[in-house]
Amino acid sequence: MEKFVRLEGLVAPLDRSNVDTDAIIPKQFLKSIKRSGFGPNAFDEWRYMDVGQPGQDSSQRPKNPNFVLNQPRYRGAEVLLTRANFGCGSSREHAPWALLDFGFKAIVAESFADIFFNNCFKNGILPIVLPAPEVEALFGQVEATPGYKLVVDLPAQAVIRPDGHAVPFQIDAFRKECLINGWDDIGLTLRHADKIREFEARRRIEQPWLFA
Amino acid sequence: MPKTLYDKLWQDHVVHQEADGTALLYIDRHLVHEVTSPQAFEGLKLAGRKPWRVSSIVSTPDHNTPTDHWDEGIQDPISRQQVETLDANIREVGALAYFPFRDPRMGILHVVGPEQGATLPGMTVVCGDSHTSTHGAFACMAHGIGTSEVEHVLATQCLLQKKSRTMLVAVEGSLGKGVTAKDVALAIIGTIGTAGGTGYAIEFGGSAIRGLSMEGRMTLCNMAIEGGARLGFVAVDDTTINYLKGRPFSPTGENWDKAVAHWRTLHSDEGARFDRVVMLKAEDIRPQVTWGTSPEMVVPVDGSVPDPTREADPVKREGMERALQYMGLKPAMAIKDIAIDKVFIGSCTNSRIEDLREAASVLKGRHVAGNVKLALAVPGSGLVKRQAEAEGLDKVFIAAGFEWREPGCSMCLAMNADRLEPGERCASTSNRNFEGRQGPGGRTHLVSPAMAAAAAIAGRFADVRDVL
Ligand code: SF4
Repeated sequence: MEKFVRLEGLVAPLDRSNVDTDAIIPKQFLKSIKRSGFGPNAFDEWRYMDVGQPGQDSSQRPKNPNFVLNQPRYRGAEVLLTRANFGCGSSREHAPWALLDFGFKAIVAESFADIFFNNCFKNGILPIVLPAPEVEALFGQVEATPGYKLVVDLPAQAVIRPDGHAVPFQIDAFRKECLINGWDDIGLTLRHADKIREFEARRRIEQPWLFA
Repeated sequence: MPKTLYDKLWQDHVVHQEADGTALLYIDRHLVHEVTSPQAFEGLKLAGRKPWRVSSIVSTPDHNTPTDHWDEGIQDPISRQQVETLDANIREVGALAYFPFRDPRMGILHVVGPEQGATLPGMTVVCGDSHTSTHGAFACMAHGIGTSEVEHVLATQCLLQKKSRTMLVAVEGSLGKGVTAKDVALAIIGTIGTAGGTGYAIEFGGSAIRGLSMEGRMTLCNMAIEGGARLGFVAVDDTTINYLKGRPFSPTGENWDKAVAHWRTLHSDEGARFDRVVMLKAEDIRPQVTWGTSPEMVVPVDGSVPDPTREADPVKREGMERALQYMGLKPAMAIKDIAIDKVFIGSCTNSRIEDLREAASVLKGRHVAGNVKLALAVPGSGLVKRQAEAEGLDKVFIAAGFEWREPGCSMCLAMNADRLEPGERCASTSNRNFEGRQGPGGRTHLVSPAMAAAAAIAGRFADVRDVL
């Protein structure tokens, strides 16, 4: 996994609550057995005027000019700004894969759905929860300022606005360490292989019916 | 100190704990389907790792499989490839049980696991599917995971987790005639909101919950995720134990007695403290119908579509306006005036035998209205289908004008051929009414099986209490 330390990125605003993972990557793209290539189909139903199909060349499809991410001023955005309960719905990891492939490395929101939140960390995307008034202020600033960029400083746990105002955010110490070092979860867990074996052996004796 | 059920389940699975509270939890049961597993198996192989304990795996394809013309196989080449990839992966690594496409026991994983006795009280159950919370009906710590986590569980039999806060949702009293577990689930979500359970593990309790069958409890726990909680569960009681007796993977003999003794401890202790308590009165719950694009946008059937201009919060107001536009509805319209185009009875929420019985009891001797273009009944598994046919329910559905299909996820998420066309309106027993969930531009109203049947007959939403 790629390390995440500090990012200075263009911000794109998606002004909606309850954006679900099916909106982020519609179900027809889940038929792929790969992890990559979902970027052109991120937000497919909102982004294009037609219904996308897997394997299709999306560069030729008619775009919805009203969808915010189609506006030229947000091209190349790396920070997504959105509202409450982002990533609700299906557990599909295709959602963070699509966002990452699209170019987003950090997502700022009032709140996230649990499974999506977890899936972000597994893919090196940093989901940042900020209080509603801070999110509201950011929406105002982003809309008013073309080329608006935020600095995300993970070691300092702060989002820094262009005016220098730093907004602190919370993150679990363990997750932070994993992101900063780009650690692979499985490798980390297997350091405890002996403990897992011991636990399992005890469980086989205490609750043998679980090992039929 | 008195413990909650969640505390007990958690403590029973901690292998190791980091300084910040992140724990390595042991996973007892891993359910695997075709959509969220291929990348995990591939990752495992690329890293040269072996699965830790394949006897924890129960697997069946469900999302992509067609619900008719099984003799013709899977027509869609991309769906077929995904199902074949699952076949190949399971054949290579092995499993406790695998029910391939067309096996008589195939079906939706969340229906198949419990009916096989592969979901047992006190287990941790995970699956790359958010409705894994269903298995919480058996006092399991059961939740959905992403594909990276599927790979993690395959490789290590563990998952990294932080402890959730606890919420007790207590429903006291007895449910009225025609009011089902689905209505309870929707009423709860209407009360706490779709993000109300975020960060919480919800225990459902109270006399109304204890009065539910296992099927009803599964419906309720299934919807926990729509209330934002990854985990929802119900304590063990006689209903749980009676359900499990004699199932194919349930323990037997001496192990059964030992297991039952352990299962009897799986409840919150008297006086256990929860971080949040929500109380509902069963008598207050009426049959529910969603009107919007989020399960929290729900009202009783005798209510009307809400008016966004009365909402003070501007973000919420805008969400309501957008939902009404998408759904093609006007504020203050009576729910009973909303006409439907299609009916779907199925999904891991409501495709078990009891659901089919409830719908059939409404349909018996009646016929689907002329304006309804398609009414689908899709049993949750091959075994549910066989049971329903043994009871003659298939005949009731067919005589009423329903199509009686093969098991699978079907029009719950429309990954196969069963879907809504743009603008079509559906009374659906599934769990999500998100934009495009049942097909691009499709409009979904979530209801119970009995309410879906009543809507099918009336051609519009109707109060099932009037026809029972
Ligand atoms: S029936 Fe629907 S919700 Fe349930 S597992 Fe299948 S797609 Fe998911």
